[in-house]
Amino acid sequence: MSAVTSRRGDIWQRFAVAIPYLWLLIFFLAPFAIILKISVADPIMAQPPFTPAFSDAGGLQISADNYVFLLTDKLYAITYLKSVLMALSATALCLLLGFPIAYGIARAESGTRNILLLLIVLPFWISFLLRVYAWMGLLNNYGVINNLLMWLGITEQPIPMMYTDFAIYIGLVYSYLPFMILPLYATLERMNLDLVEAAQDLGATSSRAFWDITWPLARPGVIAGSLLVFIPATGEYVIPYLLGGPESLLIGRVLFDEFFVNRDWPLAAAVAIVLVVLVVIPIVLLQRYQAKAAEQTA
Amino acid sequence: MTGKDNDKSFIEVRELSKHFGEFVAVDAVNLRIERGELFSILGGSGCGKTTLLRMLAGFETPTSGRIFLDGVDITDQPPYERPVNMMFQSYAVFPHMTVEQNVSYGLQKERMPRNEIASRVGEMLALVKLEDYASRKPDQLSGGQRQRVALARALVKKPKVLLLDEPLAALDRKLREHTQFELMNIQDELGITFVVVTHDQEEAMILSNRIAVMEQGRFEQIGTPKEVYEFPCNRFVADFIGTINTFEGVVQTSGEGEITVASDECGHSLRAYCDTPPRNGSDICLAVRPEKIYISQTEPDNDEDSCLRGVIEDFGYFGNLSLYRIRLETGKVVQVSAQNRRRSTERFLEWDDQVFISWRPRSAVVLEN
Ligand SMILES: Nc1ncnc2c1ncn2[C@@H]1O[C@H](COP(=O)(O)OP(=O)(O)OP(=O)(O)O)[C@@H](O)[C@H]1O
Ligand SMILES: [Mg+2]
Repeated sequence: MSAVTSRRGDIWQRFAVAIPYLWLLIFFLAPFAIILKISVADPIMAQPPFTPAFSDAGGLQISADNYVFLLTDKLYAITYLKSVLMALSATALCLLLGFPIAYGIARAESGTRNILLLLIVLPFWISFLLRVYAWMGLLNNYGVINNLLMWLGITEQPIPMMYTDFAIYIGLVYSYLPFMILPLYATLERMNLDLVEAAQDLGATSSRAFWDITWPLARPGVIAGSLLVFIPATGEYVIPYLLGGPESLLIGRVLFDEFFVNRDWPLAAAVAIVLVVLVVIPIVLLQRYQAKAAEQTA
Repeated sequence: MTGKDNDKSFIEVRELSKHFGEFVAVDAVNLRIERGELFSILGGSGCGKTTLLRMLAGFETPTSGRIFLDGVDITDQPPYERPVNMMFQSYAVFPHMTVEQNVSYGLQKERMPRNEIASRVGEMLALVKLEDYASRKPDQLSGGQRQRVALARALVKKPKVLLLDEPLAALDRKLREHTQFELMNIQDELGITFVVVTHDQEEAMILSNRIAVMEQGRFEQIGTPKEVYEFPCNRFVADFIGTINTFEGVVQTSGEGEITVASDECGHSLRAYCDTPPRNGSDICLAVRPEKIYISQTEPDNDEDSCLRGVIEDFGYFGNLSLYRIRLETGKVVQVSAQNRRRSTERFLEWDDQVFISWRPRSAVVLEN
């Protein structure tokens, strides 16, 4: 009897475990394979605008031309680098701003805490696009901020903010801050406050206790939040397009232009693949580092 | 300074209060603890034990009052400067550090040389019998082992006072009994003053030199375990510590340390002794512990003792002793416990048996209203 039920339980258990894998297979791996296939084709004027993987004669026709082009053209390398650096800086800024906010919320009384959390997620009720447009109105030469500054007499001339990297940073940090705050809040809220007091009791000042106890224990939240900000920020298209200047060419923009302006799907696909690889590599490294750290302590 | 004339007490707490808004958690308590004492603060949930302990540790700023330790006013010292360590109710063992790192943490903050830290930590781990677990992480330890890590970590700095908040509450019964004695041995060995908070009266009785019984932010009585058990100063203490039978009554005659009490509850006059007899006609309460009452099937031929008649309503067999609930003619139920000295196959007393219960007048405690 029990053997039968346990085997049935086993099947369900396996099924439950398989769901995330199935999800990834259908919605990530399969599209990824399609993009990969397109990236090794050549562009043609047709529908779809790329050569099939097998020629009419039945021979395999793939080429790494697009990748070679990407790697040899300096412009792409610079664009990638700039995108990654910008995403990294935005992540750091989000962490810097988000940590104290998450900490404050986690330590607030439960009534206030729920209100604060609501405020953090409230912007999601408004379309992302609208919120970025709103920033255009704020950052304009004759927008709210400049008008205020001039009215206060802080500046004579409007300070140009729109169409600069500054505006992109504002947009990135503003849009992705909740993704940093929420996982940080989750780990900080779960943390036993006695731990910090125990450290103080053993002779640590408040700041020492923070670095010895709170920070290391918040690391899962820091990592999760950073990934949630860094990954979408690297490929971000809307914010640089709307707020950034023409010279702030980021990889999301390049990708968009290759697809829709140049209609060079294979090159665009190659750009996307390289982007995925660039983003995935640090995650894999990070995970390996964590696994190793866990092993060492065991 | 007024602190000088009573510099005998090691810890002195004067009129210490803590208010949380309108709520008074600790209400102007006074307390003196001697050096090397194992002192317990005993009370029900929410009576302010933890708050008091946290004020001693420095985590809670008193609303008013002062705390002296070894003649020094430490009221305004931050926790990391007080020569006091605390063992938390949740143990608060650092989950990201090994046992060894946990125990050495306090010494590292002191900037003690490395080799000295190693030897001190080794000593401590030996004391709590965790030498073999030095490199384990807390999640690889049992509850009892984690408790010992917390203890070692709090003791390693050789504090003047160790504060323990419900140190044994999370352990199962067997382990708790075992650990009680370990704790006493360690305290004895190191000579550190322990202040233990507990809601378990048995634990407080076994562990401590003295007990403070706390209720709603105040101390009801401070004394040795024997004093609070045998001479409770009021109903709350009598009730809180162990079981006790109470008989309400009115003082009839009073004189020379002896009183007679007319008690409607048991339909009899009862005699009792007390040092300062209450006035005639005052309402009082006589309290008698179950083990002070004798139970017999024949009427005892002793005029001295208070004797009542009743029937056995219920009884329980506990191995070493039996508990009886006896219903008096007036309907009042009295609890009696008797040692099972003899080993017999047939039971001595049964349900609905007519019995006599009696006790020495000196066994009754007089509690004034
Ligand atoms: N930070 C606080 N803010 C408001 N009230 C508090 C605070 N800390 C404690 N209290 C209140 O003070 C009272 C005493 O709390 P305390 O933690 O000292 O109780 P305790 O005797 O340790 O109880 P337990 O045995 O359950 O641990 C409780 O009623 C509690 O609600
Ligand atoms: Mg408590």
